[in-house]
Amino acid sequence: MSALREAAPSPALGELRLLGEKVGVDLTRHVAVHETNPTRGRSRRGHASDLVTEIEDAGLTGRGGGWFPTGRKMRAVVGAVKHNRKDPFVVVNAMEGEPAASKDATLVQYNPHLVLDGAVLAAEAIGAKSITVVAHRGGRTHTALARAAAQRASAGIDGIDISVLDAPGRYVASEESALAHFVGDGIALPVTVPPRVFESGVRRRPTLLSNAETFAHIALIARHGSQWFRGVGDPSAPGTLLVSVSGAVGSPGVIEVPTGTTIRTILGLAGGTTGSVHSFVTGGYGGSWVAASEAIDLPWTVEGLRPAGGVPGAGVLVAVPTDTCALVETARVARWMAGESAGQCGPCRFGLASVAEGLEHLATRRTSSAEVRLLEQRLGIIPGRGACRHPDGVVRFAATALTVHESEVVAHLSGRCTGTRRTALLPIPSGVTAIPVSRPGEEWR
Amino acid sequence: MSGKVITVDRIKCDGFGTCAQLLPERVHLDEWGYPIIDPTVMHGDEGKHAKRAVAACPRLALSLIKVAAR
Repeated sequence: MSALREAAPSPALGELRLLGEKVGVDLTRHVAVHETNPTRGRSRRGHASDLVTEIEDAGLTGRGGGWFPTGRKMRAVVGAVKHNRKDPFVVVNAMEGEPAASKDATLVQYNPHLVLDGAVLAAEAIGAKSITVVAHRGGRTHTALARAAAQRASAGIDGIDISVLDAPGRYVASEESALAHFVGDGIALPVTVPPRVFESGVRRRPTLLSNAETFAHIALIARHGSQWFRGVGDPSAPGTLLVSVSGAVGSPGVIEVPTGTTIRTILGLAGGTTGSVHSFVTGGYGGSWVAASEAIDLPWTVEGLRPAGGVPGAGVLVAVPTDTCALVETARVARWMAGESAGQCGPCRFGLASVAEGLEHLATRRTSSAEVRLLEQRLGIIPGRGACRHPDGVVRFAATALTVHESEVVAHLSGRCTGTRRTALLPIPSGVTAIPVSRPGEEWR
Repeated sequence: MSGKVITVDRIKCDGFGTCAQLLPERVHLDEWGYPIIDPTVMHGDEGKHAKRAVAACPRLALSLIKVAAR
């Protein structure tokens, strides 16, 4: 999706678990590096295997953005199976919907079989008989996963069927209820929850839907155990994680670090900042802006980033340089995100469009303090009023942009803009038309 | 002790606004005509009025759910 190159891994921080060696789709090589899958046989319906306990003990949390304990989620799926007597389903989310993220793509280029091993082990642990892997239509990730799955099928190593699907690249298609809906019925739109995906997901079966990176960690926990897993990272969410670092850094790319690593260290591993940086985007476009001065020494965990209003989300970190007007960037992203709404819920459909418009007026300095107040009021009433969290994410992104860049808001209100950058910093997927902030006669900046 | 709260299925809701007319003490509409609902547990006669609003929703988007009172 984005053209981030892979940054050099840092041995200084200890072992690299996911990006240690670029194994690729060759199954023989995967087995030589990571050994065969330590299969424990499929659990009986409604029973969880000891691997679920191991994952709970490991403290693994979902790397797709939710940071929910994976073991507890697996336990909930098994509980739902017991209750409604339907076989569970496993879905691997390799969609990477966040435009500034490329961690799942990188992981899949390095170790696709680790992701599939994890999916097979998780399926066995909860008694699932089928696995569906979903990746972005037409992308390298989909190609690599499909080839890896085909190799496994011809080698006959898994006692379970793995199908690899390609889904449309809409932002909301990566949302968990939308993805379960897509796998079951071919419609990549969010559905009203509850019931949640773990109790009624793909074709109303209890469904374990997790991010590709989470499954790769499961494969390693099955091999090395929970104590090993907890050997690095913050005790609140142990292990390593992948961070997609971009913006004003010397060496943009995906890096693997222990959870709890500070933003300063993460930036250092990505080649350090180039020039003066005034803020960061954390988590993704459904994440938040933070002031560089407040966040630079905070650890990358849910709790750790909170004091500055940051979120780890899907492991996105963008260093935004001082020459860039964050309000212009936010307006572009908000307009794109408004267009990515499925349009099913009124507050999202109409609310996000109005937020995008308000931000565009602010970005182009055609606004008034009354209009900014109206924008802030709208940001206050939209959250929690969609079937999914898409509107909440956009609102958080927009609201934190305004608070973190308060002095820029004041400047824009008096007709000035401190940004001098003439090209867009935050990526917007190609093939999707974002309405430009500029109007005819005004040069796009 | 438990009570009832009103919820709306945001996908079904098309912003007819009937709920806000029948239950103004609990529901008001945003500028686009979609309901903003008081999420707290209802008391006394409110349940009766809420039931009427639930039944009258043209999209059947409104429902009453039982929750543990906070």
